[in-house]
Amino acid sequence: MATMEPVARELPPGPDWLAVSEDPLPVDEITAWVSQPDCGATVTFCGTVRDHSEGHPGVTSLEYEAYLEHVVPGLARVAASARDRWPVVGRLALLHRIGLLVVGETSVAVAVSTPHRAEAFEAALFCIDTIKATLPIWKREIWAGGSEWVRCSHEPDEWVGRQRVGP
Amino acid sequence: MPRLRLFGPVAEAAGTKSDLLEGSSVEEVLDAARSRYGPHFAEQVQTCRIWVNGEARQPGVTLCDEDEVALLPPVSGG
Repeated sequence: MATMEPVARELPPGPDWLAVSEDPLPVDEITAWVSQPDCGATVTFCGTVRDHSEGHPGVTSLEYEAYLEHVVPGLARVAASARDRWPVVGRLALLHRIGLLVVGETSVAVAVSTPHRAEAFEAALFCIDTIKATLPIWKREIWAGGSEWVRCSHEPDEWVGRQRVGP
Repeated sequence: MPRLRLFGPVAEAAGTKSDLLEGSSVEEVLDAARSRYGPHFAEQVQTCRIWVNGEARQPGVTLCDEDEVALLPPVSGG
């Protein structure tokens, strides 16, 4: 079985920063790192632990478990797929945290830079959607007096993007 | 013996995350697991995708001692 490695403090040599860790995610560092001279847009998305879910108003924490040795390879597939779709992507960071997280903590972070803003938003949305649908990671919701494994309805189907609604 | 890796609700149903089980096919390993862990585990297995050595199971694959069979419940990362 793989052993847990902390999020690399040495910056990655290539254009992708991929990691899974029990430590708090270095959101500020990845946001600064993806910024590039030829990229006028940086989007950083953070997924944070929410205090409620359907049927459970008082969620206090989430516990994440992973098939650890297959997380970074899975993130690498997400990154490669994003670069195929948006070849203008400059740098890309995909990080997931595991272990016990309390409300407000960041469980997943995506940062991407591109020359212009539309591709940065689109690529970031693609990455977080695909991470949620495909990575071998599971979470248990914990509330006062109980806990339950979350059953998501994500299907690992072809990502078709999302329709913009409203103005 | 092949290793069985379990996650999330299917690990909870089995009471373990990792075990060694007799079997030269995925079905034999799962049969051994079902008889070891019982009916609640067997129910959970039906919700799972099956990986062998990190890849989706191919039909008819023969397992060796070092192989790893993993049961993946519906994922919920993010």
